[in-house]
Amino acid sequence: MTDIGYVRSDIVDARPAPNRTSGPVAWMRTNLFSTPFDTVLTVLGILFLLWVVPPLYGFFFGNAVGPNGTVEECRMINAGACWAYISSEMEFFIYGFYDIPEQWRPNIVFALGALLLTPLLIPRMPFKRTNIVLFLVIYPILSYFLLAGGVFGLKVIPTEKWGGLLVTLIISVIGITLSFPLGIILALGRQSQMPIIKTVCVGFIELIRAVPLITILFMASIMLPLFMPQGTTVDKFLRALVGVTLFTSAYMAEVVRGGLQAIPRGQYEAAESLGMGYWQRMWFIILPQALKHVIPGIVNSFIALFKDTSLVYIVGMKDLLEAVKTKNDSALEWQSANTATTGYLFAAMVFWVFCFGMSRYSIYMENRLNTGYKR
Amino acid sequence: MTTFDTGQKIAPRASFFNDPVIRGIIYQIVVATLLIGFILWIIGNTAANLAAQNKTTGFDFLWRTAGFDISFSLLPWTRASYYWEAFLVGLLNTLLVAVIGIFFATILGFTIGIARLSSNFIISSLATIYVELIRNIPLLLQLFFWYFAVLKAMPAVRDAIQLPFDTFISQRGIMVPKPLPDEQFVFVWIGLALAIVTVIALRYWAKKRLEATGKRFPVFLTSIVILLGLTSLVYVISGASVSFELPVLERFNFRGGLQLPPEFVALAFGLTIYTASFIAETVRAGILAVNKGQTEAAQSLGLKENDRLRLVIVPQAMRVIVPPLTSQYLNLTKNSSLGAAIGYPELVNVFAGTSLNQTGRAIECIAITMAVYLIFSLLTSAIMNWYNGRVRLVER
Repeated sequence: MTDIGYVRSDIVDARPAPNRTSGPVAWMRTNLFSTPFDTVLTVLGILFLLWVVPPLYGFFFGNAVGPNGTVEECRMINAGACWAYISSEMEFFIYGFYDIPEQWRPNIVFALGALLLTPLLIPRMPFKRTNIVLFLVIYPILSYFLLAGGVFGLKVIPTEKWGGLLVTLIISVIGITLSFPLGIILALGRQSQMPIIKTVCVGFIELIRAVPLITILFMASIMLPLFMPQGTTVDKFLRALVGVTLFTSAYMAEVVRGGLQAIPRGQYEAAESLGMGYWQRMWFIILPQALKHVIPGIVNSFIALFKDTSLVYIVGMKDLLEAVKTKNDSALEWQSANTATTGYLFAAMVFWVFCFGMSRYSIYMENRLNTGYKR
Repeated sequence: MTTFDTGQKIAPRASFFNDPVIRGIIYQIVVATLLIGFILWIIGNTAANLAAQNKTTGFDFLWRTAGFDISFSLLPWTRASYYWEAFLVGLLNTLLVAVIGIFFATILGFTIGIARLSSNFIISSLATIYVELIRNIPLLLQLFFWYFAVLKAMPAVRDAIQLPFDTFISQRGIMVPKPLPDEQFVFVWIGLALAIVTVIALRYWAKKRLEATGKRFPVFLTSIVILLGLTSLVYVISGASVSFELPVLERFNFRGGLQLPPEFVALAFGLTIYTASFIAETVRAGILAVNKGQTEAAQSLGLKENDRLRLVIVPQAMRVIVPPLTSQYLNLTKNSSLGAAIGYPELVNVFAGTSLNQTGRAIECIAITMAVYLIFSLLTSAIMNWYNGRVRLVER
């Protein structure tokens, strides 16, 4: 029995337990120290964090002067961010030169906007159609009269006085609502069989996309008055709005075109064989699928538009960034080493919150609508 | 044979107006008429407005003396220079900042794009934070930050911060040593050109040999040796030398050296940082777009990690990366026009800004400026189409 060489006669020792594949140690082993090079990277990364985080923390919180601080504190040698400056100039950053006793009007517009937008963004809320009509049609008209005044005994406040976050938000909301349908129409025109319409759309899209927004705004501010009949003056606000909207719609058109091209030919043919007309085909069959494909692109265009509103200073509007810059340059009573930095950081935080929020929402929507291709 | 009478001898004729062809023609005529009418209306208005303001039109102003100063110019510029020279100065400044921005943004963007895919948690988190932070803040704000909050807050010239290699940072920008190549240095350039030609020929030969015999040749290492070796050989033999003119701090300003004005530094820096975040996303998407099966197939062929990346993954990823990458380059070039906001004398600032204000030729100046960007854009898409045609997947 025992002379069979290939049969073990003694019991093998138990193997060591395998490395843990879960728990913090295992996580660190795979994510931080999997190879020597990885370990070096980890150490370098930690050193970098140690180098960067404490000063940043000190600047933003530790040594920062709180919202109730004074300018003397901000002028001290080791002072960090001067949040007192922000809190004292907050009114200007939000409303610009909007008359102070009338500031309840923008407040109502903000509140109404939030009230209408929130249920629109939550997919489970009912009455979407009514909500859209309210938000896209009624709300802008109401807001315009409320902000500009001149009716119901409201004091007239010219658009030159609007400013700050108010202008940034108005231009981006109106720009988004106008450039989206315009972009869809341009994209459909570009796909059209009719040569003249196609040429016009292609020419418009390519021309606008080729030049920087700044030149379009220059054009809007210098050449628009030339193009209009003598004696007409075009409101600055309108110039900014026209420039930003036309610019974004060209980009939107290209995004939508990408979606249209991703739709298989069979969908077009199936819709035709059902006897649908052109607009029916587009509205019920093609666009719902095409737009779903390109949600990330559409939201990216919206984000780009929101960021581009910072350029409207060229036509002389004081948007959030320009308001901050004006105060940075002119608020002598708040002059200190960190005033300008704090101002720009504040503006950056506001822009960031909106843009990041939009991009997160688009990811959420993308996952929600990703129905057709789920396996 | 029985024939069935379907009761429909003639196909039901749609009414004249419902015929899609005729409809299409009518639509187009309507659109064309409206458009032409609109353009004529604009032209009429413009002519009337110009006449009312006693303004003349035409491009003759390009040959008039400009009479303003430009703070930073690659060409000799005086107040007596012509407007067309101002145009060239602006164009060159735009190209300069664009080329530098593209160079650094590509390096930074690729590094961060690859870092985002790293299995190392800290590295990939840092890269993600960078991308999400930078992408969501307007470029103009970033430029203002670098220019007004960082560079303008630097110490005055008297207390300039000294960095290694005789470089100084102050409110007036960065002073770097100015290289002064002597006359022999031209041979070094010739040597470098020769080396580049040799390397291209070598690559071609190596590829041919690989296809014919399957033998590999260490092209990359040889190329580096040739590039460095030949150039430095020529440098030594020709006796060329480079001396550096160091910036020296005097009482009020620096003497000598090369001054990079703060506008230029802020713009180049801001464009690099901003565009790099977009390039990083492009690179990441490109690498993720290569099917995992490709990696596995390469592994099963027995390719080493290095060859796997170089021969299988990267070529396929590049096909996805390059088109959006070029459009990022184009974006960077267009975004350089924001330099106008911080006073960098690029095309929009010099030509659509100062020149336009001085001459009042709004239409001409804006048309020329837009035409330049249009040409950039058309060139880019032409190159892109050529590239796409070259790397397109040839399917059965």
